[in-house]
Amino acid sequence: MLDKVGIAKRIAKEIKDGYYVNLGIGIPTLVANYIPKGINVVLQSENGLLGMGPFPFEGEEDSDLINAGKQTITTVPGSAFFDSAMSFGMIRSRKVDLTILGAMEVADNGDIANWKIPGKMVKGMGGAMDLVASAKNIIVAMQHVNKAGESKLLPKCELPLTGVRCVKKIVTELAVLDVTPEGFKLLERAPGVSVEQIKNATGGRLIIEGDVPEMVID
Amino acid sequence: MNKTIKNADEAIKDIGDNVTIMLGGFGLCGIPENCITALVKKGVKGLTCISNNAGVDDFGIGLMLKTRQVKKMISSYVGENAEFERQLLSGELEVELIPQGTLATRCLAAGYGMPAVYTPAGVGTEVAIGKESRMFMVEGEEKEFLMEMAFDADFAIVKAWKGDRHGNLIFHETARNFNPMMAMAGKITIAEVEELVEAGELEPDQVHTPGIYVHRIFQGSNYEKRIEQRTVRKK
Repeated sequence: MLDKVGIAKRIAKEIKDGYYVNLGIGIPTLVANYIPKGINVVLQSENGLLGMGPFPFEGEEDSDLINAGKQTITTVPGSAFFDSAMSFGMIRSRKVDLTILGAMEVADNGDIANWKIPGKMVKGMGGAMDLVASAKNIIVAMQHVNKAGESKLLPKCELPLTGVRCVKKIVTELAVLDVTPEGFKLLERAPGVSVEQIKNATGGRLIIEGDVPEMVID
Repeated sequence: MNKTIKNADEAIKDIGDNVTIMLGGFGLCGIPENCITALVKKGVKGLTCISNNAGVDDFGIGLMLKTRQVKKMISSYVGENAEFERQLLSGELEVELIPQGTLATRCLAAGYGMPAVYTPAGVGTEVAIGKESRMFMVEGEEKEFLMEMAFDADFAIVKAWKGDRHGNLIFHETARNFNPMMAMAGKITIAEVEELVEAGELEPDQVHTPGIYVHRIFQGSNYEKRIEQRTVRKK
């Protein structure tokens, strides 16, 4: 089974040379730490930055320089600032190659819910609805089951939707899955996790073809 | 042109009860601190505020929530404010949550003189309820878009890094965020700046918001520029 860092490491392997990538809050933010060496990747922060760098050194925090999670950050050489309209302009016009975000639920048709629990949690969708409506490629980092052991990979989302038929790939503590027209397709198992465990933890349609390899993580 | 005024109190002197105000900023970054303080001091009530976030409990728009000056918030993300969540769940505060890109683009549409724009954000979700939609061909595929209306705001209050007496503005780093498009969208736009300079001192090539959009400008004071999430690494 993977921990949060493991999920981040596995997702990082999906990032290719030349990609512009938008990272959501939570596990997706960790992905930045594990981008393969030797490739050129530019991180987009939807509050208005291309070329996000690591956290600043202590004492060098700049209150005018934050990421979408409101964390203090730095820029890398070659970065650019812009306003929020342009930021979502580049998202909407599909210049961003990959969006990585978290989810509370994903359905086997690619629907995603991650912004609201009616009557309980009202935080808002932020940029998530714009991102999922337009992204070329969306990878979701999430827990396969909730704290009560119930699947979060469902036949149909129960929570209010963020977007429809948009998720392409999911990486959980148990597995890597593609979203296909026939449902979730199991691609890889997390170290030490059996196909049976994944079956039991998946509420939506699950396609298993042949031997499912164990994922390789450095 | 000389749009210079003395301070925040003068800038907001004609903001009365029950008006709609846009406030620039993302989180606590690039928010018009001086004008928010002045609005709290003046005690205007029944405000509709359009702003990406609602501040935190004791800073930013959170200060106006505490004093119950806000009737309605139009925002994309309000997760950092417990008082906000309490007022929302108890029904004291009216809230319209909209996608961040839609928020930005509805400001932009107002500033560009376009009554509406089409966006795919929110299609198939509760954001789409009651909205007109239509299909467009995108990259060879039919795709649904929602019609979103330009905002109609009585006042826009923005914060810039530098400005001149013509109202030309330059923003700094990610404190730019919603400020330029809100500056374009207000019937009356108020800009508070960290440094007010003489005409000619801003490089025209570097101006982000041309002064035509700005009606009042003043140099703010005592900026706290609070950091919401201080994240650092060790040397």
